[in-house]
Amino acid sequence: MRARVLIRLKRGILDVQGSAVLRALAGLGYAELRELRVGKVVELDLDAADPTAAAVRVEEMCRKLLANPVTEDFSIECPLP
Amino acid sequence: MRFGVVVFPGTWSDCDFHYVIGEVLQQPVKYVWHRDRNLAEFDCIVLPGGFSYGDYLRAGAIAGRSPVVEALPEFVARGGVVLGSCNGFQILCEAGLLPGALMRNECLQYRCQSTHLLVENTDTAFTRGIRPGQVLRMPISHGEGKYHAEPHVLATLKKQNQIVLRYCTEDGGVTRAANPNGSVENIAGIVNDEGTVFGLMPHPERAAETAMGGTDGLMIFHSLLGSLVEDGSVLKR
Repeated sequence: MRARVLIRLKRGILDVQGSAVLRALAGLGYAELRELRVGKVVELDLDAADPTAAAVRVEEMCRKLLANPVTEDFSIECPLP
Repeated sequence: MRFGVVVFPGTWSDCDFHYVIGEVLQQPVKYVWHRDRNLAEFDCIVLPGGFSYGDYLRAGAIAGRSPVVEALPEFVARGGVVLGSCNGFQILCEAGLLPGALMRNECLQYRCQSTHLLVENTDTAFTRGIRPGQVLRMPISHGEGKYHAEPHVLATLKKQNQIVLRYCTEDGGVTRAANPNGSVENIAGIVNDEGTVFGLMPHPERAAETAMGGTDGLMIFHSLLGSLVEDGSVLKR
C-alpha cells in the first residue's frame, strides 16, 4: 500500500527558502507571484492490508520523526491509488 | 570529571572536543558511539557539531532518535549533564530535551564567523564561573542556527531564566546587526529547566587555545569542572 506525506512549515513561520525561490521566479518574469512556500513530500510503500490502520501508523511516523511539531504541519494521503 | 564525546556518522567536532578536554584540560575523556546506550561511566556527555546522519530530513532529526540520545534522559536523571554545541544543540531540540527548534539561517547563508555572546544566566553548571553580563567571543559555523520557539515557550524560557547566551555586539549590545542567523531575540544558547542540559550554536571547543584566536570557550568547561569541585552538584549518583 502506498502513502504520501506532505510536510509544510506552519503558517506564520517565515520560509526563507520559499522567499528565495519566489525572488528567483520573479527575476524570470513571473511577477504575478504573491507567495511561495517550499515543503517536503515523503512517499512510503507499506506492507499493510488495512488502510485505516496503515494511516494510523503513518501518522505515528510523522509525529515521531517525519515532521517537527514545533515548526511543521503535515498531511497524509493513505492509501494512494 | 569524566567526559563522553558522542560520535554520529557525520559528526565533525568530536576530535576537537576530545582534544580540548583531554589535552588542554587534562580530563578523562572517551568517544561514545551513537549506538551505545550505556553512559554509566560518564559525568558529562558532549554532543558535538557536524552533520549527523547527513542531517537528512532536518538538522539533527535522525540523531535525535538515536540509541545514545534516547539514553540521555536517564543519564540526566541520574545527575549527569549534557552539553550540545551546534549540531548537538539541533539534536537536543529535535529530541525534545530542549524546547524550540533550529531553522535555516534567515540570511540563507552558511555562517562561519566569530560572534560575541552575552552571558545572561550564570546560575548553571556550565556558566557559574562567568560574570553575569560578561561578553564571550566564540566562533559559529552553521547554516541552520536560527532559534525558533513559540511565544508561550519563549515566555517560559524567560520566566525560568533558561536563556543563557544571546548574540551581541563587542560591548554587549543585543542588536539585530549582531544576530548572525535571525534567531528569535538573538538567542544563541539555552538550558533545560533544571539547568542540566545546555545547547548552544557557537563552538566553545574552537575557542580554547590562544593559538585558535581566543580562549573564552574554556570558561564553559572551567565552570563545569568548578561546579563538580564546589558542591558535587553534577555528580549525584
